[in-house]
Amino acid sequence: MQGGLAINLMHFARALRAAGLPVGPGKLLQAVEAVEAVGIGNRADFYWALHAVFVNRRDQREVFDQAFHVFWRNPDILKRMMGLMLPTIRTESPDSQDPLSRRVADALRGTAPEAEGPEKSEIEVDAAFTVSAQERLQEKDFEKMSAAEMAEAKRMLARIALPVAEVTTRRHRPDPQGPRVDPRATLRRMLRSGGDLADLARRSRRTRPPPLVVLCDISGSMTRYSRMLLHFMHAVSNDRDRVHSFVFGTRLTNITRHLRHKDVDVALDAVSAAVADWSGGTRIGTALHAFNRIWARRVLGQGAVVLLITDGLDRDAGEGLAVEAERLHKSCRRLVWLNPLLRWEGFAPKSSGIRALLPHVDDFRPVHNLNSLAGLADALNRDGPRRAESLRKWLKEAA
Amino acid sequence: MSNTLPASVDATLDLLRRGNYVADRSLATALYLALKLRRPLFLEGEAGVGKTEIAKVLSATLGRRLLRLQCYEGLDVAAAVYEWNYARQMMEIRLAEASGDRDRDALAADLFSERFLIKRPLLQALEPDPAGAPVLLIDELDRTDEPFEAYLLEILSDFQVSIPEFGTVTAPEPPIVILTSNRTREIHDALKRRCFYHWVDYPNAERERAILAVKAPEADARLAAQVVGVVQSLRGMDLYKAPGVAETLDWAQALVELNQLELEPSVINDTLGTLLKYQDDIARIQGSEAARILAQVKTELAASTAR
Repeated sequence: MQGGLAINLMHFARALRAAGLPVGPGKLLQAVEAVEAVGIGNRADFYWALHAVFVNRRDQREVFDQAFHVFWRNPDILKRMMGLMLPTIRTESPDSQDPLSRRVADALRGTAPEAEGPEKSEIEVDAAFTVSAQERLQEKDFEKMSAAEMAEAKRMLARIALPVAEVTTRRHRPDPQGPRVDPRATLRRMLRSGGDLADLARRSRRTRPPPLVVLCDISGSMTRYSRMLLHFMHAVSNDRDRVHSFVFGTRLTNITRHLRHKDVDVALDAVSAAVADWSGGTRIGTALHAFNRIWARRVLGQGAVVLLITDGLDRDAGEGLAVEAERLHKSCRRLVWLNPLLRWEGFAPKSSGIRALLPHVDDFRPVHNLNSLAGLADALNRDGPRRAESLRKWLKEAA
Repeated sequence: MSNTLPASVDATLDLLRRGNYVADRSLATALYLALKLRRPLFLEGEAGVGKTEIAKVLSATLGRRLLRLQCYEGLDVAAAVYEWNYARQMMEIRLAEASGDRDRDALAADLFSERFLIKRPLLQALEPDPAGAPVLLIDELDRTDEPFEAYLLEILSDFQVSIPEFGTVTAPEPPIVILTSNRTREIHDALKRRCFYHWVDYPNAERERAILAVKAPEADARLAAQVVGVVQSLRGMDLYKAPGVAETLDWAQALVELNQLELEPSVINDTLGTLLKYQDDIARIQGSEAARILAQVKTELAASTAR
């Protein structure tokens, strides 16, 4: 193996690691062996040899592919990138003019300092004015995040994993302190001791989280949050089973399958392709009607918790909304309304859409950054009364 | 009554007709293929369109045993496949002790023999039957949870069950499997892949009249035509739960009991509860709307008889 190629392989591996693939020294050694085995005469063989080593999950293919094509077209490019400050790197092949995914570009650029551009993100300063890195991240919009921040935010989102209070199922698991006797296990124990009555094996009921249904508004008034909320939906979808996600503007779209992809960029691209009415108007009543008619029986079957994410600003002025919201409320375990407008101190539930919805929800919470999502997790984890206490205040104000 | 499997789609249609089931050709085709290629048939559709009925009719016309597994959430192996009879096993142990028989291995082998095995529908379906393989109806599969669905995969592909203490039970001849679902949740693709899939739709007017003629022969032909007309137009409306075929039959029978020879708006209002099961829907249809639909149906019927 020539020294230069090995060095380049090492740089490539480091670039992949920076882009978020789990690449360690072991993988690098394997890669060197693999390249020695297939030779470097044929580009395709070289590609697939590295692919076989570095990619071990389907969703890593995209990142690997982009990184490979940028890196091995001209390894010097890396040196250039390290030195130069390219705002965005585009692949130079004539057939694909895709901008690189943000993560790969960041990874290949190494740790060059970010150009300080005019930031439009509204960093919310909390009361104490202490903005440490992590707190800042918790307030930061997902759209503005770099690879490192994204990875950190994803880790935090993963910690947010929504622990909706579990429900008991009819299945059992062995449990020495359990309330029920497990006859089968008891009998086997008895046989082991030759038929004498041993102590009883016990079992208790298993619990599992109820299904979760997320209905997310992606209309114009929600533009600033919809991408971040999609990230949140993606994190939740990949954290547990039985999550169904829908987005609505003027129409309702089921995006459950698009979010199943483990890689967040690919998943969100699939969602963008599937949804026709980004940032149009909102017809909450129509969307809920469609949901109740077509989907409610299919996804609310096993005591689902519904998260309705919308600002309640309705183009149809709340027409037909109350009936549909009531129907939805009556067919799920719990209906939680997440409203990004609640971040404003002076928010008053005065619009007709909001007033139509309020009587039919069990909880009403803000959702505009990582902090509020963490708060949501706590709220859902409480096994308290079905209706939240805080709702009374809102109902009083809306009256 | 022959109990051989049908040899063509037409023969399948005839077979179902003999069991008083009026099927359309697409369903008969799916059923014929399932019988011919020995694959389970997965029927999905709204409540009350006659999914369960197919299994019953098949077992009656083919002279096979019908084994029905009604699904519910948390259905487990003990309720669906087999269970050991613990009480009897305990008794056996006590008896063995009393008789001074202390051969542990023999006792263990005897305790887990067929004598103490309680067979549930799925295991019964795998047993040899002189009349031919039984019809196994797994009803409302969507009510179970994913673990049970995953368990079914093995049974439906290999038709065998392994019982740890006992051994593997394999079916000499695979049973005729019908699975039904009301779509209260989506069934996993892996399971659907092993079956032939058919979406059982509401019948058209002609087929629904034929169903009424077979299932509720005491209803007057004119009444039956009107009943079907009204039901068909109700299904075209934006109702929360459209009436199924079962509701049509209930309604026709109710009208016969009330000695109606013809539909009138007042009668519709009084008997709407047999047809619609949601208060919102009833409130929408009751009164003027019902009268409007009925008038429309009557004019259409008059036009078609005049032609």
